Amino acid sequence: MPIVEYKNGMFSDIKPEEGLKKALSLSRGEVISIITDSGLKGRGGAGFPCGTKWNLAASASDEEKYIICNADEGEPGTFKDRVLLKEYPNLLFEGLTIGGYAIGAKKGILYLRGEYTYLLKGLLQVLEERRKNNLLGEKILGKDGFNFEIEIRMGSGAYICGEETALIESLEGQRGEPRNRPPFPVNTGFMGHPTSVNNCETLVLSARILAKGADYFKSFGTPKSTGTKLLSVSGDCKKPGVYELPFGVTIKELLKIVDGEDAKAVQIGGASGFCIPKKDFSRKIAYEDVSTGGSVIVFGEKRDMLDVAINFAEFFVEESCGQCTPCRFGTVEILKGLKNLKKGDLSLSMLKELLSLGKTMQLASKCGLGQSAPNAFISIVENFPDEVLGREEV
Amino acid sequence: MFSYEKEKLSEDIVSIVNKYGKNRTSLLPILQSVQEKHHFISETAIQEIADLLGIHPVEVYGVATFYSFLNPDQKAVFKIRLCQTISCEMQGKEKIKNVLENELGIKFGETTKDNRFSLEFVNCLGMCDQGPALLVNQKVYTKVTPEKVKEIIDECKSQFSSHFLSKEE
Repeated sequence: MPIVEYKNGMFSDIKPEEGLKKALSLSRGEVISIITDSGLKGRGGAGFPCGTKWNLAASASDEEKYIICNADEGEPGTFKDRVLLKEYPNLLFEGLTIGGYAIGAKKGILYLRGEYTYLLKGLLQVLEERRKNNLLGEKILGKDGFNFEIEIRMGSGAYICGEETALIESLEGQRGEPRNRPPFPVNTGFMGHPTSVNNCETLVLSARILAKGADYFKSFGTPKSTGTKLLSVSGDCKKPGVYELPFGVTIKELLKIVDGEDAKAVQIGGASGFCIPKKDFSRKIAYEDVSTGGSVIVFGEKRDMLDVAINFAEFFVEESCGQCTPCRFGTVEILKGLKNLKKGDLSLSMLKELLSLGKTMQLASKCGLGQSAPNAFISIVENFPDEVLGREEV
Repeated sequence: MFSYEKEKLSEDIVSIVNKYGKNRTSLLPILQSVQEKHHFISETAIQEIADLLGIHPVEVYGVATFYSFLNPDQKAVFKIRLCQTISCEMQGKEKIKNVLENELGIKFGETTKDNRFSLEFVNCLGMCDQGPALLVNQKVYTKVTPEKVKEIIDECKSQFSSHFLSKEE
């Protein structure tokens, strides 16, 4: 099922390679300044400005540079990249090529999660066609000095590899354990060379921005969160799927579109995101309000929020790479606590301790996984005290 | 392992390593290929790969065990992986779990004695809008119903019989 597009949005009126042709008619610096001007921020969830990232990678002094498309989409409830990879592969490779041109990379790598291995064959075919059409290889579209190749590398079922430095470790044949940052990949990335790691959606949008112009992109969204965002909606709603919507859309408006108005809560941003209760449905989806990499999970009246919290906690226990102590121990303790809460066997003072442990994890974990692992737990306990506290002993 | 099996494994590993190149960055693709061809990564395979890449076997073991899809303990020909994440759970994953366990006579986390099937849970397969979802090796099945489970398993079993038929011919 393709994307439910926003009217006249960024996916309307697609002409093949329009963005790439435009990019190659400009200098590298001009391409970067268009992306910077558009205000495009990383769509994987962290929201780092794409133009700044490209500029840092472009100005790093090294002959060898890389651009990596992060297709290790593992956040629970996110499936927008799957749809992009399946329905818009050319647009994705176009964006990756534009990024390669902008930062001066000769090689792009698509890191595809192992769970999506069934998409590999189709993607390789598209790459082969692009080689035939001079959209890859040497002197792309006749542009002197621009040689670019794309390789696809597979993940093998590790959520943590969506973190950019863990992804690079994995590409280098190591365990996917995040590195210390700084140095950032834009300076010291794949094999020690400057590397820009971008989300699939970011790259697709960069191609569309070059085709339609930065102003067109900026006409959507809010001043701090420009453009449209792909939202993967699942859970208790009648019309799950991938929706393109401008940033600034309220949760209430979104629920109306997906036919899930009976919801009592919505999890925005997947397991690492926050649980928003009904009273806050007027909040906006944007980097400055409720931020998300695209995951929206709707919970109906009958859902037990404690079960939801337990499910997320189990997820983090399994996916923590085990490298740093706050995350390795914290995730296990939170799960234990939640299970005791469900059994009616957790004192309030212990719960308070666990909430404070959560805050410690947010501060002291090495990477984004550990820092965001307690989010769902904390927001569910804080927003649904009547529901989760004082369970009868089982 | 029979000696002819060991020879076949070594031969395959040499050709796989030559294909991807004798360097550390190729380790993941090498492990993935060995897994695909031989269904699992044995200790012998780990030693051979380490020798060819010139690294310690513990390095190879460390990498293989880090990634849930490369687990060296996972020997089944058909690895059935059911998504346990929230959206699939809300769409009836528990029912599918029970049907799978009853149909194969094993629990999740186990492998059938003939090494044909294993059952395990995985985290989000990215099919949240079409759950419950499961993977059989690399193939994805969505909106799985109890009746569909039987079809999926029969489909796998039929591959065994066709394999044996072609051997007999």
